[in-house]
Amino acid sequence: MGFYLAQLLTGLANASSLFLIACGLSIIFGVTRIVNFAHGSFYMLGAYLSYTLVTHLSALGALGFWGGVLVSALLVGVIGLLVEVLILRRIYRAPELFQLVATFGILLIIEDAALAIWGAQDLLGPRAPGLSKAVRILGEPIPQYDLALIVIGPVVLGLIWLIFHRTRWGVLVRAATQDREMVGALGVNQALLFSSAFFLGSVMAGLGGALQIPREAVNLNMDLSVIGDAFVVVVIGGMGSVTGAFIAAVLISVLNAFAVLVFPQISLVLPFIVMALVLVVRPYGLLGKPGSEKGAPADPEAPLRPLNPAGRLAMGAVVVILALVPLVSADFTMILLVDVLIAVLFAASLHFIMGTGGMISFGHAAYFGVGAYAAALVVKWLGLSMVPAMIVAPVASGLAALVFGWFCVRLSGVYLGMLTLAAAQIVWGVTFQWQDVTGGDDGIIGVWPAKWASSETAYFYLALVLCAGGVWLLRRAAHAPFGYMLRGIRDSEIRAEAIGVDTRFHQWMAFTFAGTLAGLAGVVSAFAKGSVFPDVLNISSSIDALIMVLLGGIHTLLGPLLGASVFVLIESWVTRLEYWRFIFGLIILGVVLIAPDGLAGALSRLLAFLKARIRPGTDTKKEALHGQRS
Amino acid sequence: MLEVRELNSQYGGAKILHGVTMTLGANEVVALLGRNGAGKSTTMKSIMGMVRQKSGSVLYEGAEMLGRPSHVICRAGVGYVPEERRIFKELTVEENLSVGKREKRADAPEWTLDHLYTLFPNLKERRRNLGKHLSGGEQQMLTIARTLMGNPKVVLLDEPSEGIAPVIVEQMAHVIAELKREGLSVLISEQNLHFARLVSDRAYIIEKGQMRYEGTFAELDAQPEVSAKYLAV
Repeated sequence: MGFYLAQLLTGLANASSLFLIACGLSIIFGVTRIVNFAHGSFYMLGAYLSYTLVTHLSALGALGFWGGVLVSALLVGVIGLLVEVLILRRIYRAPELFQLVATFGILLIIEDAALAIWGAQDLLGPRAPGLSKAVRILGEPIPQYDLALIVIGPVVLGLIWLIFHRTRWGVLVRAATQDREMVGALGVNQALLFSSAFFLGSVMAGLGGALQIPREAVNLNMDLSVIGDAFVVVVIGGMGSVTGAFIAAVLISVLNAFAVLVFPQISLVLPFIVMALVLVVRPYGLLGKPGSEKGAPADPEAPLRPLNPAGRLAMGAVVVILALVPLVSADFTMILLVDVLIAVLFAASLHFIMGTGGMISFGHAAYFGVGAYAAALVVKWLGLSMVPAMIVAPVASGLAALVFGWFCVRLSGVYLGMLTLAAAQIVWGVTFQWQDVTGGDDGIIGVWPAKWASSETAYFYLALVLCAGGVWLLRRAAHAPFGYMLRGIRDSEIRAEAIGVDTRFHQWMAFTFAGTLAGLAGVVSAFAKGSVFPDVLNISSSIDALIMVLLGGIHTLLGPLLGASVFVLIESWVTRLEYWRFIFGLIILGVVLIAPDGLAGALSRLLAFLKARIRPGTDTKKEALHGQRS
Repeated sequence: MLEVRELNSQYGGAKILHGVTMTLGANEVVALLGRNGAGKSTTMKSIMGMVRQKSGSVLYEGAEMLGRPSHVICRAGVGYVPEERRIFKELTVEENLSVGKREKRADAPEWTLDHLYTLFPNLKERRRNLGKHLSGGEQQMLTIARTLMGNPKVVLLDEPSEGIAPVIVEQMAHVIAELKREGLSVLISEQNLHFARLVSDRAYIIEKGQMRYEGTFAELDAQPEVSAKYLAV
């Protein structure tokens, strides 16, 4: 009995920590509609700052500890405020993808900044004075600090409730969560409201991190490891609902505390399974409201145009030039080019879901990874050779997309994105834990191509045919009636439904189709590298694909091609540097702020400008519009 | 009071307004008539700074409002009542009203809660209820009251008679008359010619984003072909 009570109390203490960070995320999302990856960084910064402050103030006893914690939280709030004013304020009207990728860029920058300041080693913080012992409850030792946390969570919830219901600022925040445009039309300065909400949210993240130092070592992985769980809690609770976040935090943490007793491996996947189940029953989370799934309002999309003859010629020329590369260049170039081809197909398949299908996916790596693992598994366990493996793999990833897609297309907006993330995390968790079959962290090695394709040149041609073919299929689909339907659904689901389109079915099929082709990219990658590791399935890998789509420009079908190429080239250069995350983050922010229509957009603006210079009198604007959407 | 000149607006690639020009005089009630999708709401949203891509000029008391954020335009004295009753559904009636509250203005009447409750007696009874629990008519009244809390000089009323019961439409006419009596200027967009005639001094007709007609209702009645062409469904 005492043992179970101890588990329950541990669960509740964890719930308090999780609630602090999740409620900040929820407040920020509710008002600004930004899915803020950097929230994990704020949590981590809170922990680092309080480690430094509390260590220096240890002579002051309890005052030093709690003072240090509060000051760290406030400092993190100020950092959050700076981020909001300097960067995010410029992209509130941009599509979700931009905001997401921009906040990920901020996360990278903060991670390297923390590395430079605090170093790579884990830091063990001091314990809270007066709360460093354990009390015995029914014979079980319970850390006093856990009991303090169990009290702090509900107290913070109560304070936030009071702020939201008893102050004018709180009423404005709640109003803005429902209809921020209308709040502006009633005379409220949105910029101020957003900044202050962002400040409060960041303070909560900082507080969550600062309170964590007596419980776990401060390290550089805290940001990404916490953000997944925080998203889950926010989504289960309903985006924008603080009370919902509390209930969800308790639900997840307590379930987890007991589930690990039965099945210890489950803790990696459990939150995501719970989220998937909750979303299927309640598509807006426990306390979320219809409409809470919508990101920032963005301008409607202009229609896609098929390539004109010159464009087709250019694309053909690119393929021909690529085909000639092996004649003149070294093996290393070809290995790099195979990476580019794989990335292009992967990014193009994600773009199909997002650009044409209008569904945001934070977990596209799942299908790439399932393709890669399916190939590796049939090679390793069934002894199949490359060609059958290359047939099995896309089918497997297509099936995975069919299953997960069935759930995902029932949701929309950010909830949909979160469910795709959950799907990817579940696949990753299973792969990581199921050591006997997948090799766990050690991956599967020895996935070599067939003899005829084993030379760098032969494999390059194979990759070129498969990837160019895959991209061609995606383009065909986008310009086929199927693509028209998808774009129609994207632009107005209600109208598409009213003219008799089965919207869910089309989205489901689009999801499956894109998943299949991502799987094709995955299998090409598996045989190119000769091995598969769980990394291909993790959040960073999904975000890489998002960055490629963004780099290229989301409004054009050429975008992902350009974006993926540039991404792989930059990555292969920059990752050799010491603080590459910092540089990469800066590049991402640069693209988001300077060329929000991506490289393809920037390029066509440049072309239109040059054309206008050569042929004076043409309508530059019109040209630009044409160029951008080709 | 309010002067719109050569206003062009677009959403993405779709141009909605093509050179709209109109004026609203002091203490005048003007109707902006037109069919569904003619550009009435876009005109109002453009005046209010809620459409991003636009060009032309919107002068309020001689000052250029085009390109300013909506909260600045609101604070200058322009109140906006959206169509489709965009109340805050999860806030109580009184909280909804408090969001609209702004400082008293020297040159416009001040609306206190008591004054608004006499004008909208239903809202007083329901002041502790959540917005989503109000009836359609009550929600419509709440959107107007909420805007009046900002003590505006000009009120833009987007389709006030849309989708509400006839008895409420009557009450709406009474409210608009009261606004005029208090000295406000009102621009209402309407599809309902009968209702517009009841409450307004003058009318504009907009079609496909262009102004097609301007004049009094007497003049409009003398040319039945105009309303047949631009308004008949």
